Amino acid sequence: MTDTEQISTISRVSLEVNGVSREVEVEHRLTLADCLRHKLNLTGTHIGCEHGACGSCTVLVDKRARRSCLTLAVQVEGASILTVEGLAEPNGDLHPLQTAFHNNHGLQCGFCTPGLLMTLMEFLSENQDPTEDEVREAISGNLCRCTGYQSIVGSAIQAASILRQSR
Amino acid sequence: MKPSAFKYVKPDSIRSVLEIISTNENVKILAGGQSLMPMINMRFVLPDVVLDLSQIPGMNEIKFSGESIKIGAMTRQREIIESKLLIKNCPLFVEATSLIGHRQTRNWGTIGGSLCHLDPSAELPVVARALDAVIHIESIRGKRKLAVADLPLFYMTPAIEPDELVTEIEFTPWSAGHGWGFFEFSRRVGDFAIVSAAALIELERSKTVCRASLVLGGVGSGPVRCKEAEEILLNYSEPDLIEKVCDSLRNIEVGGDSQASTKYRRHLIGVMTKRALRTAFERAQQPVIS
Ligand SMILES: Cc1cc2nc3c(=O)[nH]c(=O)nc-3n(C[C@@H](O)[C@H](O)[C@H](O)COP(=O)(O)OP(=O)(O)OC[C@H]3O[C@@H](n4cnc5c(N)ncnc54)[C@H](O)[C@@H]3O)c2cc1C
Ligand code: FES
Ligand code: FES
Repeated sequence: MTDTEQISTISRVSLEVNGVSREVEVEHRLTLADCLRHKLNLTGTHIGCEHGACGSCTVLVDKRARRSCLTLAVQVEGASILTVEGLAEPNGDLHPLQTAFHNNHGLQCGFCTPGLLMTLMEFLSENQDPTEDEVREAISGNLCRCTGYQSIVGSAIQAASILRQSR
Repeated sequence: MKPSAFKYVKPDSIRSVLEIISTNENVKILAGGQSLMPMINMRFVLPDVVLDLSQIPGMNEIKFSGESIKIGAMTRQREIIESKLLIKNCPLFVEATSLIGHRQTRNWGTIGGSLCHLDPSAELPVVARALDAVIHIESIRGKRKLAVADLPLFYMTPAIEPDELVTEIEFTPWSAGHGWGFFEFSRRVGDFAIVSAAALIELERSKTVCRASLVLGGVGSGPVRCKEAEEILLNYSEPDLIEKVCDSLRNIEVGGDSQASTKYRRHLIGVMTKRALRTAFERAQQPVIS
């Protein structure tokens, strides 16, 4: 393998997305964000900046929040990915975090929402009873141009409370 | 904003990394990707081969030999923050790392990547400099050690050759009961700091300073060690000491850019240094809990 001359620029990648095993052929340069959107037709993951600044492309890779625009699809061979499409129940019932966003007007245009939901999924699994300040720190890597964040923070606090009760 | 075409390889041993980077042109090492991937997406970097380090076993270990602490280059920033060993023996590392970027970037960004990327405002090079850390480097030509003090060649350019791999960083923790402080100013949480200050203090009989380290970030192209200030700190215990130290920082060469003017940076140096030193003193005066 020392000589990379022989290596192709395309690979087959097996991964699990929202609980379903998938196999895709990807160019090595393809980002996970583009792979999800264009190869797997999961357009819920949004791309805002493509250089790590906005957080709208955040997904969970093996339960850890990750910017999918800074991740190559070939890197996640064998990994388990959760995207915003995987949050609601198959029958359409929203996840408590989505319900809280709905109730609290946690979105306006909705562009930032998938990234915020995935970031908060990780955060709320680690901190069941966060303060407002802790929520603000947790979502510091997600930009929202519409809400002014107040309603997003409110949504997260309510989601934490619903999730605590359902435990 | 799409990367140019390249080949991706994920070797499973250091040996095979060294062979690949020594025999191929234009290979880019990929650690956490939090700095490299933006540059690849923007095509500031056009690699022929991207070499992913994530498959190599043992490169993310944090070990304490009793004398020195070694942190593997692939240790994620999140793992540093969660390390009980570091929380106990080198809390400065933990405090500074928790200020890097955001949870999504800390989940994947590594210590090796931070040191090699060498952003002038990055937290980890500042901390590594304050601790007089040494970087372990390997290539097909052999192994060598590089003091963090000698790491920056110039702006964002570490003294590491294209055929070299950083494997770990090593430092001796300060004695139990030392004081530490890390403060930085950025406009928003998680942004790169405009100016940062790291301080370590050891007191004798809870009073006089017997050892001190003070390093600034965001001021020059690499971390700036304030030797003159450290001299002033040593063996003094009078209350206006911190003012004197800040006075001594007036002579430090400071650059200005679109982020902040020279004047503003100078102001921040004073404020951040005061906070870091005060906190380090307070902590050094507290009784040691073992
Ligand atoms: C939104 C955002 C905010 C950020 N904020 C901060 C911040 O406040 N402070 C901060 O310090 N950083 C910040 N960063 C950057 C930080 O997250 C990166 O983790 C760090 O700069 C690089 O680490 P990495 O592991 O991601 O390295 P990579 O991006 O993978 O690599 C960086 C460079 O180091 C080289 N390299 C990596 N590992 C090795 C090795 N073992 N041997 C030889 N060369 C190697 C690579 O080839 C590349 O040139 C931010 C990033 C983003 C996206
Ligand atoms: S699109 Fe990934 S962080 Fe903006
Ligand atoms: S709701 Fe529009 S960007 Fe957040």
